[in-house]
Amino acid sequence: MKKTYKIDVDCANCANKMEDAARKTPGVKDATVNFMTLKMAVEFDEGQDPKAVMAEVLKNCKKVESDCEIFL
Amino acid sequence: MNKKQKKMLWRIIVSAVLMVALHFVPVTGLVRFALYMVPYFIVGYDILWKAVLGIWNRQVFDENFLMAVATVGAIVIGLTDSGDYTEAIAVMLFYQIGELFQSYAVGRSRKNISELMDIRPDYANIEVDGQLEQVDPDEVEVGSIIIVQPGEKVPIDGIVVEGRSTLNTAALTGESVPREVAEGGEIISGCINLTGLLKIRTTKEFGESTVSKILDLVENASSRKSKSEAFISKFAKVYTPAVCYSAVALALLPPLTRQFLMGLTPDWADWFYRALTFLVISCPCALVISIPLSFFAGIGGASNQGVLVKGSNYLETLAQTRTLVFDKTGTLTEGVFEVTRITPAEGFEEGRLLELAALAESASSHPISKSLQKAYGQELDRSRVGQVEERSGAGVVAEVDGKSVAAGNDKLMNQLGVAFQESDEPGTVVHISVDGVYAGQILIADRIKPGAAEAIAQLRSAGVRRMVMLTGDHRSVAEKVAKELGIDEYYSELLPADKVTKVEELLAERSNDRDKLAFVGDGINDAPVLSRADIGIAMGAMGSDAAIEAADVVLMDDDPRKIAKAIKISRKCLRIVYQNTWFAIGVKLGCLLLGALGIANMWLAIFADVGVMVLAVLNAIRALFVKNL
Repeated sequence: MKKTYKIDVDCANCANKMEDAARKTPGVKDATVNFMTLKMAVEFDEGQDPKAVMAEVLKNCKKVESDCEIFL
Repeated sequence: MNKKQKKMLWRIIVSAVLMVALHFVPVTGLVRFALYMVPYFIVGYDILWKAVLGIWNRQVFDENFLMAVATVGAIVIGLTDSGDYTEAIAVMLFYQIGELFQSYAVGRSRKNISELMDIRPDYANIEVDGQLEQVDPDEVEVGSIIIVQPGEKVPIDGIVVEGRSTLNTAALTGESVPREVAEGGEIISGCINLTGLLKIRTTKEFGESTVSKILDLVENASSRKSKSEAFISKFAKVYTPAVCYSAVALALLPPLTRQFLMGLTPDWADWFYRALTFLVISCPCALVISIPLSFFAGIGGASNQGVLVKGSNYLETLAQTRTLVFDKTGTLTEGVFEVTRITPAEGFEEGRLLELAALAESASSHPISKSLQKAYGQELDRSRVGQVEERSGAGVVAEVDGKSVAAGNDKLMNQLGVAFQESDEPGTVVHISVDGVYAGQILIADRIKPGAAEAIAQLRSAGVRRMVMLTGDHRSVAEKVAKELGIDEYYSELLPADKVTKVEELLAERSNDRDKLAFVGDGINDAPVLSRADIGIAMGAMGSDAAIEAADVVLMDDDPRKIAKAIKISRKCLRIVYQNTWFAIGVKLGCLLLGALGIANMWLAIFADVGVMVLAVLNAIRALFVKNL
């Protein structure tokens, strides 16, 4: 399953860091962050609940970049 | 500017004013230190806080950390040695100015690009009890009647049931000549209705309509990252820690060597300062921001010209195109067959010949019979046609006005034993005989698109080295078209599967992998070839879902000159990407060297960081301007 979320982040490198953090989150198969359109596309592993996974993703992203937001 | 940016601007102004004012306050020692800390914290508290958070979350090496260490280090030098705190504040100040500029520039180009692509319709008009009501286009069901007034956007694809008007398709195709529509005509969402009121029966849902598909495609385009972007994010990951370790080495090794091996004074403060300079220079912001911004601007500018590129990676490949393979029909030629010559035999006249041929072929739906009927131009009286016998691969024999009329190719004439005039002109020849007597021939040929020859010349000057035309048509037709357009190579009489094989052969013949091969087709029957080539370009895709799906680059109208335009846009964008990459890396490495040698001070370091970033961002925005390429 693939879902796209709107995000807010200030710098391009921070966006790269968010992408990394999202990818490393369990339950996420792949993730791409597009800094220009401020969107995060997440592909979930099968049988995962996107809501629960995204809560973790947000937590991990906040860790690498405190000043970021994902609009779930 | 948004709220965040305004707040930042105020912090910068207040801090800068304070810094300058403090210059004239004659205090020394700790009071001086305390006073200078006020502007420092005003402008830099968030950076310091983020650096602390970063260390806490084990994300040490980022630009916040670099800036925090560099400025705190400069303050320590001020406190112990020089008493000069201006440098620390200035570094923070300029860093924040750079960040502010970057966020402002990115925000502006986001807005610019979304304005360029402003094709999203906000509402659809529906008639309820004789009154127009505006509804969300998402809620309109297939088969509903919507009304589009002059000046409004067509929200959903459909068929015109009432009214006639002209449409502005510029937002979709980049083409400024208005298009006519009338009752019964198909209409595509995203066009602007210019003159008359139109009633449209929708044939698709909003989500399936052309406008939604295009918006979706363009918005997701830059998610497919190019090699340059991948390179930069990898580079940034290695680069920042590498510079940090080098800075530590620079701060420790030379003084230790001086003290213990060379017996000189260690000069700790000097080397420490050099290491700090190193850190300031090292921030990779210029690269990290300007490369995606260039691609984003390039894709945005291209879509404004009716060239949809599905990802930055495709823009990159397009720029490296050296071999271009064309499908002939529908790409270089109109794909519409027309009667180009009528040669009656003795005793027959042109009009009569055409009438007989049109009548004989009237039962067929073959493109040839359609073009005969079109050339005839009058209503056909089908009752004049009796029994029709179709001979596959040859033609038809039909009873017209009680006479046996045969219309077909050489084979049919041979079968019937009719002596005929051979023709070596390219095109499809239809011979006609009446009751076994040769009546003459009609030549039907495809027309070369206006602008096709110009397109080939433009492509050549844009750096495409090899141009190849593939066609299922006869050799004579292919030869004529190729000659007329100035294409050097052509392969004719190919089946769709042969085209794939041919493209594979051409791919294998390339001298190196960096020279890319692009295939241009009209999206009909050539999906396998489109996907086999390094990059597939579909043209005339307005309203054709299959083409939009299969291709990597979609040209919204069917003007072949757009191919050259697409390549030029991609070249410009990639040129900017390379300029930025080498400019930023070059300046940074140069400054790092100067910093290590102790020639560069922190002011130069700030230029290397913020100045390069500003220049790179401004350069990236140039990719948006592609109209006059």
